[in-house]
Amino acid sequence: MARIDAMTGDEVAAEAMRQINPDVVAAYPITPQTEIVQNFSQFVADGRVKTEMVRVESEHSAMSACIGAEAAGARAMTATCANGLALMWEVLYIAASYRLPIVMPVVNRALSGPINIHCDHSDSMGARDSGWIQLYSENCQEVYDNIIQAVRIGEDKEVLLPVMVCFDGFIISHATERVKLLEDDAVKKFVGEFSIEHPLLDIEHPVTYGPLDLFDYYFEHKRQQIEAMEKVPAVIEKVGEEYARLSGRKYGLFESFNLESADLVIVAAGSATGTIKATIEELKNENIDNVGLLKIRAFRPFPYKQIKEILKDKNCIAVMDRSVSFGAMGGPIFLEIRSCLYDVDKKPQVVNYIYGLGGRELSMEHIKKVAVDLAKIKKAGKIENLVSYLGLRE
Amino acid sequence: MPSLKELSKKKECLSRGHRLCPGCGAPIIVRQVLMAAEQPVVVACPTGCLEVATTIYPYTAWKVPWIHCAFENVAATLSGVETAYRVLKKQGKIKKDIRFIAFGGDGGTYDIGLQALSGALERGHRMLYVCYDNGAYMNTGIQRSSASPRGAHTTTSPPGKSIPEGKSEARKDLTEIVAAHNIPYVAQASPAYHMDLIKKVQKALAADGPSFINVLSPCPRGWRYPAEKTIEIAKLAVLTGFWPLYEVENGVYRITYKPRKKRPLKEFLEAQGRFRHLLREENKGVVEDLEREIQLKEKMLLARAEEKTN
Amino acid sequence: MKEKGWKEIPIGGLILEAGNAERYLTGAWRTFRPLVNKEKCNNCLLCWVYCPDACIKVEEGEMKGFYYEHCKGCGICKNVCPFDAIQMIEEFKYQKEQAKAREEEEK
Repeated sequence: MARIDAMTGDEVAAEAMRQINPDVVAAYPITPQTEIVQNFSQFVADGRVKTEMVRVESEHSAMSACIGAEAAGARAMTATCANGLALMWEVLYIAASYRLPIVMPVVNRALSGPINIHCDHSDSMGARDSGWIQLYSENCQEVYDNIIQAVRIGEDKEVLLPVMVCFDGFIISHATERVKLLEDDAVKKFVGEFSIEHPLLDIEHPVTYGPLDLFDYYFEHKRQQIEAMEKVPAVIEKVGEEYARLSGRKYGLFESFNLESADLVIVAAGSATGTIKATIEELKNENIDNVGLLKIRAFRPFPYKQIKEILKDKNCIAVMDRSVSFGAMGGPIFLEIRSCLYDVDKKPQVVNYIYGLGGRELSMEHIKKVAVDLAKIKKAGKIENLVSYLGLRE
Repeated sequence: MPSLKELSKKKECLSRGHRLCPGCGAPIIVRQVLMAAEQPVVVACPTGCLEVATTIYPYTAWKVPWIHCAFENVAATLSGVETAYRVLKKQGKIKKDIRFIAFGGDGGTYDIGLQALSGALERGHRMLYVCYDNGAYMNTGIQRSSASPRGAHTTTSPPGKSIPEGKSEARKDLTEIVAAHNIPYVAQASPAYHMDLIKKVQKALAADGPSFINVLSPCPRGWRYPAEKTIEIAKLAVLTGFWPLYEVENGVYRITYKPRKKRPLKEFLEAQGRFRHLLREENKGVVEDLEREIQLKEKMLLARAEEKTN
Repeated sequence: MKEKGWKEIPIGGLILEAGNAERYLTGAWRTFRPLVNKEKCNNCLLCWVYCPDACIKVEEGEMKGFYYEHCKGCGICKNVCPFDAIQMIEEFKYQKEQAKAREEEEK
């Protein structure tokens, strides 16, 4: 029997973690992730989970302890944001290369400097090459559903990669929303028991984790990781279907909203997609029906084949990025979208909007402006500004 | 205390065929520590000579479960392994008693690894951290660490025209820093005094909490002496007072070996090329600094060993 | 070991064969080799406990010789032996003499 409750993103993340009941949680506080671990600590203190907490002295140590725990043979989780994620940067790569399926909520927050505790995607985007699977969540419900599915996606024997479940700091993490929760037993059954093939604690079969690779083997080890990533889209869909049977909520590689009939498309990830959906509805009421949304869920791996199919016949695409890739032609999502459409014969026009950095507000007015811009580009048949900024004071 | 004959019947945990330098102190220490362990062990190393030379893919010299993660985090990584063990044991998924040992060089322990070590000690994980202190970042080519002795010639503290002394700073007393964490067992050991080391390892592994042993690890390449003298130098370090052998068991200090006749520090310095410049007149002050440091440490140890808790 | 392709090696950089470094014969590094005079040897086993490479052969508490396939010739064993039972001789010279002895035998 599903339960309905009102929870913030952090609260529901902690609840998902409680139901997953990992063996080890090693975490360090950082706003706006802190509530996740605080809530979880109360679960531990009240004996509601079997988890042992390792109250580490830095995020670098948090990820290191998770690696040690999973290599040992236990399910481990942590959570972080922004500079915490940046601090564990080298260890992220190591976790992925050791093929340890750690699940980590990342509460998207801007990277310093100057220091800013509010939402943008610079943290998770900065880690996009680390070998982690990255899923983005629109709202609190998706935070809950994504974290639970992430366990199955990462631990799939074809995959064995760690998973980052991203959701917007403060906007989602601290906003109370109505959420539907599964029963404890249902989640327990869905995630199943944790096991890896070569745990350190199997002392009868001693193994070595983390050797030195010289130039004669590193490339081959990386190729194996590439192979694993290629298996992920099918697994995301498979797990999504199973989860749909369990919860009634369907998840895939991305979500299309009013996309079939649209020829003007906005692409985005995170909470902005909720605002975009509302704006599209409002535009429909104003008889503007040809604007659609492609909501990014899986950013790594980037489902370029599937997205190319869905966008190839569109006229104009506005890709909204909540982060900057300094020195690049545009933001990270823009680069992926543009690249995957490269060999389409009649290419859609693709433009980039940078928005929301450091928690800068995104309004429906901003989205309407984007829709108007797209209509202009469609009419003129050319782009005036490749990259624009929403809400920036010039 | 097991005899060498008894110990020689145990299976080696580190195989032949590792690629540490001929005469390296580190594998001697690893062998002695692991032969003292009575339970099965899981070993972790930070990046460094030991880690690199024992696990060049596709070869590994480790016959026990082993993990290397990064440079500064062996204590954090092993904390995770130890926690997993406790949790899985509680769930009945693991039945055996296993011990957890980290072998870290001075680079990965005194400097970049100090934070993770301190965190692990504070959290009380039941693990033994053995620091093989060879007094520099040897694996990257002999750069100074905070463990390098005052006056040591390293590639980042070379004696020159402007700074003739080599390393200007005194070395960090990590053993005391660890003792200040109030963990059940802390000790200093030398591979030349193998029975003392083995005894200390057994005490450390029996402690119900974190334990730490700082072991002097002479390095023929970095200290510039002929490889065959490793044990000789490890002995000289103790006999000159440079590396006193002591333990702190639940806060009680005990000097575990008092040389019958102290040897002059000069003997230790003269035996190593890294101190050759200290024999020059202009560096007399540095030798005096070193001697003073040794005297102060000796005084402190004697005073603490004298104190008895009521 | 012949270099393997990415499909043939375990994932995650794992090495599954504990202690397979034994296949790497570090004995080739040697410029001096130890020789033991068993008449002087007291089986104190100090050479064994101080060898960095575990290259002292011990059986039932008796020092039986050296694992020459791996011995790097560091000389610690000679240095620590209280009975002067171990000598280090030049490997190159030793190989030459062995070759000569074999030649003599064949004649």
